Amino acid sequence: MIIIQYLINGIMLGGIYALLGVGMTMIFGIVKLTNLAHGEFVIIGAYASTLVAQALGVDPILTLIVTVPFMFLLGMGLQSGLINRVMQKGSEPALLVTFGLSIILQDAMLLLFTADARHAGAAYSSTIIKIGSISIALLDIILLAISLLSILILTWFLNKTYMGRSIRATSDDTQAASLMGVSVKKTYAIALGIAMATAAVAGLCIGLKWTFYASSGGSYLLIAFGVVVIGGMGSIPGTLVAGLIFGLAQVIGGANWGLLISYVLLIIMLAVRPQGLFSK
Amino acid sequence: MSEPLLKVEGVQAKYGDFIAVQSASLDVPEGKIVSLIGSNGAGKSTLMDTIAGLHKPSAGKIYFKGEDITGLPAEKIVTRGLSLVPQGSRCFIRMSVEDNLIMGSFPKNVRAKAKDSLERVYSLFPVLKEKRNDASGSLSGGQRQMVAIGRALMTNPELILFDEISLGLAPTIIKDIYATVKDINRTTGMTVVLVEQDTHRAIKTGEFCHVMLKGNVVLSGRSKELGDDEIKKAYFGI
Repeated sequence: MIIIQYLINGIMLGGIYALLGVGMTMIFGIVKLTNLAHGEFVIIGAYASTLVAQALGVDPILTLIVTVPFMFLLGMGLQSGLINRVMQKGSEPALLVTFGLSIILQDAMLLLFTADARHAGAAYSSTIIKIGSISIALLDIILLAISLLSILILTWFLNKTYMGRSIRATSDDTQAASLMGVSVKKTYAIALGIAMATAAVAGLCIGLKWTFYASSGGSYLLIAFGVVVIGGMGSIPGTLVAGLIFGLAQVIGGANWGLLISYVLLIIMLAVRPQGLFSK
Repeated sequence: MSEPLLKVEGVQAKYGDFIAVQSASLDVPEGKIVSLIGSNGAGKSTLMDTIAGLHKPSAGKIYFKGEDITGLPAEKIVTRGLSLVPQGSRCFIRMSVEDNLIMGSFPKNVRAKAKDSLERVYSLFPVLKEKRNDASGSLSGGQRQMVAIGRALMTNPELILFDEISLGLAPTIIKDIYATVKDINRTTGMTVVLVEQDTHRAIKTGEFCHVMLKGNVVLSGRSKELGDDEIKKAYFGI
C-alpha cells in the first residue's frame, strides 16, 4: 500500500513539474533559446494569482482568466521588444539577456512584494480524500487536473490549428516556414507568450501548493531545466514523462534526498542519452 | 510581347563580402516554363532565394506582376503568388505529410481553398495520400520532393520557382516529377522557373532558357533558337 501511496504522490507532483518544463521546452525547441528567466516567470505568475485572488476575494483558480492573457501579452512584448532584437546578434547574447532579465525580475519582485513568504489559500486546500489506507489531498487532484489539461490544450493547439502548425514548422526550418507565409519573429513572440501563459498556470499551482518568495524562481528553473533535458528539448510528451520521473524521485527521496536523486538522474541522462528520452 | 510576369533587373546578392550574384537580369513571361541553367556556384540558388525574399539583394530591382517586390520578406512575397520550392526540398521533417501540405495554405488569402488544394495535390501525387500521416522525415528523397512541390502548390502561386528538384534523385523519379511539372503548367497555366544543372533536360523542358556564369546571366533566349554550342560556351565560359 505504501508503494501505491508513493506512486500517487509522485504523479501528483509530476504534473506540476511537467507544466514547469513545458514552457521552457517550447522556447528551447522553437526559439532555440535557453530561457534562464523561466523561474522568475513562474513566480510572477504565482504573485499575480495570489494578489488578484486576495484583492477580489475569489478562488485563486479563477484568476487564470486574468493572469493567463496578461502573461501571454507580457511574453509577446518581451520577445518582440527585446529578445528578438538581441537574437540578431547571436544566441549567446540572447542567453545573457535572459540571465539579466532573471536578476532584474527577481529584484523588482523583491522591491514590489517584499521578502515575505506568500501563499494562495483556497477553501479546499486542506481537504483529504481517503480511499482505504490511501489518502490523497483534494488540492493535489485539482492541480494535477489543471496541469494535464493545460498540456492537453497546448498539444491540441500545436497540432490542430494553423498557428500551432506554423510554430512547429518554424521549429523545424525557419526559412521554409517563411516561404509558407510565416513571420518568424511574430512566431517567436507568440511562442514566448505561450511559454509565459504556461508559467502563469504553473505559478498558480505553486502558490496553491507551497509558499513562495520573490527569490524562489531559481529552484523552479532548476526543476524545469532538469525536466526539459531528461524529456528531450522541445518535446512535450517527453516533458510529461520526465516530470513524472522527477516527481517520483522527489517523493521517494523525500526532503533530504529528493533533489539529489533528481539531479543524479539528470547527469546519468546527459551521459547516456544527451538528446533526452523523446528527442530524435 | 506583353509585360513579363517576373522581371529581374541588375540584381546583386552578397554573403558578407562574397558576391554570389553580381548583376543578374532576366524576364519570365507569363504562362511559360523558363529554365535557368549554370554550373555549381554560378549563383542560381542565391538568385532564386533573392527573388523569393529569403535573401536581401544589395542592388537591383525585382518586379512581379509589374509591382516592385525588391527586399520584401519571403512571408509577404508568397501571399502575392510567388512560391519557391527550395533546394533539397526542406520539408518540415518532424511534421506529418498532411501537416506539411496544410502549411502551404497558411497565407490567409488561400485558407478558404485549403481543402480543394489538398485534394488537388493528392490527385497529382497519390502516394502522398497513402503516407499522409507519416512524418515527412521518414519519406524517400523523391517523396520529400513531392511534399515540397505540393506544399508550394498549396500557396496557390501564379509563379513557381523550382530550385534543382532533380538533385540526388533516381532518373525515373526525375522523369515523373518533370512530367508533373509540365502537366501543371499545361493544365493551369502556372508560370514555372526551373533551375537545373543538366543542360539537356533544361532545354528540353523550358521554352525559354537563361544561362548563369559566375554570378551573371550571360545568355538568354528561346531554347529552340539557342544553339548547343552557344549554350555550352556560356555554361563553361569558354
